[in-house]
Amino acid sequence: MMAESGSSEVAVIGNVDLTSTELENNIINTVMVERGTALLRRMEINVAEAEKRTGKNTVNMQETYTVYLIETRPAETIAEGGTPAAPDTLWRRYSEFELFRNYLLVTYPHIIIPPLPEKRAEFVWHKLSADNLDPDFVERRRVGLENFLLRVASHPVLSDDEMFLRFLTDEKRWKEAVLETGFQDKVDSRLKSLSAMFRVKNPDKQFTALKHYSDDLNTIISQLLRVRAKVADRLYGVYKVHGNYGRVFSEWSAIEKEMGDGLQSAGHHMDTYAASIDDILEEEEHYADQLKEYLFYTDAVRSVCRKQDLIQYELEMAVQDLSTKKQQKEELTSGTVRIFSLKGMTTKLFGQESQEQRESKLEALDLSIHEGEEAVNEKNRECKEFLQTAWGDIERFREQKDNDLREALISYAIMQISMCKKGIQVWSNAKECFNKM
Amino acid sequence: MSGQTVPVDYSGHMLDLDEDEDLEVFSKKAPVADGNPMPNSPSSMVNQFRLEEDEPQDVNAKDLFITVDNPESHITAIETFIMYRVLTKTTRSEFDSSEYEVHRRYQDFLWLRSRLEETHPTLIVHPLPEKFVMKGMVERFNDDFIHTRRKALHRFLNKISEHPILSYNQHFKVFLTAEELTSHRKQGPGFLSRMGETVRAVANTVRGLKSRPEEFAAMQEYVDDFSNKICTVDKVTQRIIKEEREYLDELKQYGPMYGQWAESEGNLAEPLKAVASCVERCGKETEEHAHHLSEVLVPTLHEYILCAETLKAVMRRRDHIQAEFEAKNEALASRKSEQEALQEEVDGLSDRMEGSNEALKGDWFRWKAGMRTDLKSAFVSSAEKNVDYYEKCLAVWESFLLSQRAESSDQQDGEDVS
Repeated sequence: MMAESGSSEVAVIGNVDLTSTELENNIINTVMVERGTALLRRMEINVAEAEKRTGKNTVNMQETYTVYLIETRPAETIAEGGTPAAPDTLWRRYSEFELFRNYLLVTYPHIIIPPLPEKRAEFVWHKLSADNLDPDFVERRRVGLENFLLRVASHPVLSDDEMFLRFLTDEKRWKEAVLETGFQDKVDSRLKSLSAMFRVKNPDKQFTALKHYSDDLNTIISQLLRVRAKVADRLYGVYKVHGNYGRVFSEWSAIEKEMGDGLQSAGHHMDTYAASIDDILEEEEHYADQLKEYLFYTDAVRSVCRKQDLIQYELEMAVQDLSTKKQQKEELTSGTVRIFSLKGMTTKLFGQESQEQRESKLEALDLSIHEGEEAVNEKNRECKEFLQTAWGDIERFREQKDNDLREALISYAIMQISMCKKGIQVWSNAKECFNKM
Repeated sequence: MSGQTVPVDYSGHMLDLDEDEDLEVFSKKAPVADGNPMPNSPSSMVNQFRLEEDEPQDVNAKDLFITVDNPESHITAIETFIMYRVLTKTTRSEFDSSEYEVHRRYQDFLWLRSRLEETHPTLIVHPLPEKFVMKGMVERFNDDFIHTRRKALHRFLNKISEHPILSYNQHFKVFLTAEELTSHRKQGPGFLSRMGETVRAVANTVRGLKSRPEEFAAMQEYVDDFSNKICTVDKVTQRIIKEEREYLDELKQYGPMYGQWAESEGNLAEPLKAVASCVERCGKETEEHAHHLSEVLVPTLHEYILCAETLKAVMRRRDHIQAEFEAKNEALASRKSEQEALQEEVDGLSDRMEGSNEALKGDWFRWKAGMRTDLKSAFVSSAEKNVDYYEKCLAVWESFLLSQRAESSDQQDGEDVS
């Protein structure tokens, strides 16, 4: 188990505070990070708080939004065991995180970019507010944002990005800087991506398999989350109805002599039982969040696959283009028209070209072919490089996913155990009271 | 209604004197083979029972054992009904034999109960299960319905057998022993007179009582409150069962999804399948739990809802007896002629009233004690079942954790992360 590895370089995902897990053998919800990303070695990162702000938005209307406090602190001061130095802090809102992530998506298309926590509450069961300003939602989002930052900070490639450092430390000028990178111009058009997906002649087998896996994972986690929410809703109902026992036992005890005390105290335990479900289900939301993270990860995986399709498609197009040009040259040299072209038609109608014209054309074609060959080589290289780097990250991702989700299942089991222990306690107490009736 | 005075002392053996003083203590036949909770040496027990004259009736000295089982469908040209087998084992001298096996239908139980109520209008006669459920979903011959009814009929007869007065009732004996009940049923006042009594009782309550003695006023208040509370507890319990069943339905969808997920995974497949299995097992425990509530708590609560109605009827009958006395007493005061005849009537009614009140008072404490025992036992059992449920689920998840820790230590040893 991760806790036993004892490495000081294992990062802890911030305030995912599962009290039940702490009670149980000190198992903490850890993320197996790359040992020693330079950034994490020198810096501790927290999303410490959330606050409401009001201000004017782009259409000059009043709006309320939440900002999150990012704290960064040199890592050494913790090891010293003295009072840690005051952290550097800045405030960011969700839309800034989104902007930053979009930058990462464009800049590192071969990397599976960690996802952000959901924008709006989905898979809610009835008690949870779907309101973005609801404190429970805000709290879970805070945890999710911290998780995001730690994921980026622990990635061997992403953690070195300059914009990342600025995002963490430069409150005012980061936005300007990131826009200046011009990443928004580099975004692949959606249309291009889609047509690439459908028209690739030789799709890469591994990536195709990855696509299917990613789609399957997306489907199954969505379904699982939906049913889990229903289960939570039903369980809530079971517990809460017991509160009615509390009330009626209390009323009943008033008319009884010998039975009164027993009934009354049993009633209190029923109230305790009914109330306990709130904490239990709140904790389970953390589990749901862990699943959600991987649900959103599937989108990032798909992005990488799409990019691979696009690059492959562009390569195929370049190859096709070169082939056409070579064909044209051949025709021009041999004088035969194999390919129908308007030129060919007009030639037939209006007569052959002069020798001079032909030679200048050939020169142009040769140049074009040369350019085409370079383009093909370039695309080939791009493709190979992409495959290599992407596949490296995919392997890393796979291992991370297996570890994280296994940990999530374990923490889920721990939550169930905690719930059972509470149940045993309450009902044993109730039984004592009933015995005194 | 008989004018019989009912002795206050409820030590059962004292009542033996009323009919069978001359009968010898019978000797028991060969011991019973089929495992009923039958005392081994009945004659010694009977002697012991007679000697301990000052002790109140003790459950250890139980000498009448009844079971209701074996429901069977009987189809005739006119109707279809269920016959239940009623087995009796006893050491009581009033019974000619020590064992009886008869067959009775629901109507026969109704007859018995009405006979008992008529004979002892202010004793608390345990209620019978309802005729049929009007809610529309339950058919008369549905298995669950028959099962529930049979258990309730069994309870009914056992409650009567434990009652210090009712268990010695002649009709009760006939019910337990006679091959054919129909001939006995034709004797005695039937439903009509009972109906008449009800009508009179209602009329009297409308006319109003002068004043109810304080203890009975308190009793009435208690009965009304108790009725409310027990109905609520029953409603809450039914609701819990309903919610649990809906929870179970969702669990049945939830578990298999982990299994489905496992199909597209490599390393994760094993823990996912294990979680699927855990959820399934917890689902089974939930099902068992809901079943237990239905089998143990609900029938008991239901019984006491019916008891509350019985108590209300008993209170009404007591009131009616008092009203009759008061009416006659008033008549006596106002009329100057026929004084002697009237006085005798009034005295008779006064005695009857006294007797009824005493009977009720005595039986009231007995009923309360029984209620306390029964409900306590049902609640304790339910709480125990809850503890048991959570302990079982705990074990399920702990074994999952153990399996995962074993897995990970294997991985660490093998240094092989695929």
